Amino acid sequence: MKTNAPKSLHSRIASHVRDIPRSGIRDFFDIVSSRDDVISLGVGEPDFVTPWHIREAAIKALEQGVTSYTSNLGLLSLRKEISGYVNKITGTEYCPETEILIAVGVSEAMDLAIRALIEPGDEVLYHEPCYVSYNPVITFAHGVPVAVETTKENDFKLTREALEKKVSKKTKLLMLNFPTNPTGATLSRDEVKDIAEFAIEHDLIVLTDEIYGELSYDETHTSILSVPGMRERTIYLHGFSKAWAMTGFRMGFACAPPELTEAMMKIHQYTMLCAPILSQKAALEALRNPEEDIAEMRESYAVRRNYMHNAFAEMGIDCFLPGGAFYMFPDIGKFGLSSYDFAMKLLEEEDVAVVPGTAFGECGEGSIRCCYATALDDIKEAMIRIERFISKL
Amino acid sequence: MNELLKLLKNNAKESPENLAKLLGKTVEEVNAQIEVYENQGVIQGYQTVINEDKLEDGPVTAAIEVRLTAEREGGFNRISDRISRFPEVRSAFLMSGGYDLLLFVSGKTLNEVASFVSEKLSTIHGVVGTATHFMLKTYKRNDVLMHIPDENERPQISP
Repeated sequence: MKTNAPKSLHSRIASHVRDIPRSGIRDFFDIVSSRDDVISLGVGEPDFVTPWHIREAAIKALEQGVTSYTSNLGLLSLRKEISGYVNKITGTEYCPETEILIAVGVSEAMDLAIRALIEPGDEVLYHEPCYVSYNPVITFAHGVPVAVETTKENDFKLTREALEKKVSKKTKLLMLNFPTNPTGATLSRDEVKDIAEFAIEHDLIVLTDEIYGELSYDETHTSILSVPGMRERTIYLHGFSKAWAMTGFRMGFACAPPELTEAMMKIHQYTMLCAPILSQKAALEALRNPEEDIAEMRESYAVRRNYMHNAFAEMGIDCFLPGGAFYMFPDIGKFGLSSYDFAMKLLEEEDVAVVPGTAFGECGEGSIRCCYATALDDIKEAMIRIERFISKL
Repeated sequence: MNELLKLLKNNAKESPENLAKLLGKTVEEVNAQIEVYENQGVIQGYQTVINEDKLEDGPVTAAIEVRLTAEREGGFNRISDRISRFPEVRSAFLMSGGYDLLLFVSGKTLNEVASFVSEKLSTIHGVVGTATHFMLKTYKRNDVLMHIPDENERPQISP
């Protein structure tokens, strides 16, 4: 029998997957993992463990043998609690039966929303620097990612002016993430209104990832949902990872009009079936008394934010005071190194891990992301080492 | 609790310079506020949290429930104050419920604590009864977990 020479495995990978470069974060992760005694400001999660009463609820559920599937949309009891909570923080009501979908983290919810909406060639606007997955998730769905750059001169805010330059007839979706990972940028009520007006004028669907909403320090977070006319064109994404320190539970949710929720559910039911029931039980407990849990952690981040900001200012590194999330995005451009080289050299010489700004988009060049959801003693030591490092540059 | 107090409660050795950075205040403002707290008696002292289980000559400690007879004037205050003055008594609290005073008493040996109870505490006029519980192991002291190994595998870089 005659057989053809086998094609390489690499060549068989779908081109739109093959062409996506390896994540800059993963490269860095491998290098950091190979070293001992590193102080890491490179994480994207709280340093708190999940509050005990939430963990305890998960333990109790396990003891009681709660180990089954749930409805595709998630436990109705949890959807009801989410409905009440979202109403409280955004002033928008969602029907628990038809407008809320519980997903495996906001990441899954975002993928569902994009796959449900995007056809090949549809353009998606998003602001950069941004969370690492926005661009690839659009590409996986055969959409066209259109990055709108935000700049340090404008505290990494997204403006209507910048959006107008990138919008086209093919634009279908606008993705937002305020407060922003990696910059900590926030928007005021008026700035949010401007963006809402832009979306309405161009008849865009808005996909808003407000996972850091509770972690706003100077002003209360304004959801774009709260602007009249937005509910009917918005998919609101939120989850428990950041404000409740529940990253490992992988609990997120989407709120959207029934047609959109149904479309996302179609994909979710065939690819994920449902979110893990133990995590859903834990999330249910998290919503029982959220203010107390969150306030304590937020206060703790706030003082660490002050410390890191003051420390950078003292060593002459420019950094705007971020209004939300738990990241600082200082400008290291004046040292004549690329973000990647700066981060690599800092790691090699002083054993401090930060994430190069370019991991979050090309316009992150010149910055590094430093997470202040890190033990205060570690932040203090890291700041001493960074100061020593730059004094030798 | 005020943010400055929280920080000091967590780490009494925090320098005024660091406190100022954390709170967005000047060093002078921080020092002035600490002085106010000290003068008001809100801050009573600065101590070190020691895991006594790790000391070879660590003390033996007992929690002692004490039942008292209230006095016509001042209720339990005078007698509780008197008991609190014994150096063996490390902490003392007036309690609601089945007994009146909860003491944490330390000595070098079990016998030393036992003698304190039988010879000093029980003989005080107004002490009606005691129940002594010796502490075997400390899991948590002053908000600090003891003996708990850190097995967290949190990645050092994540998105």
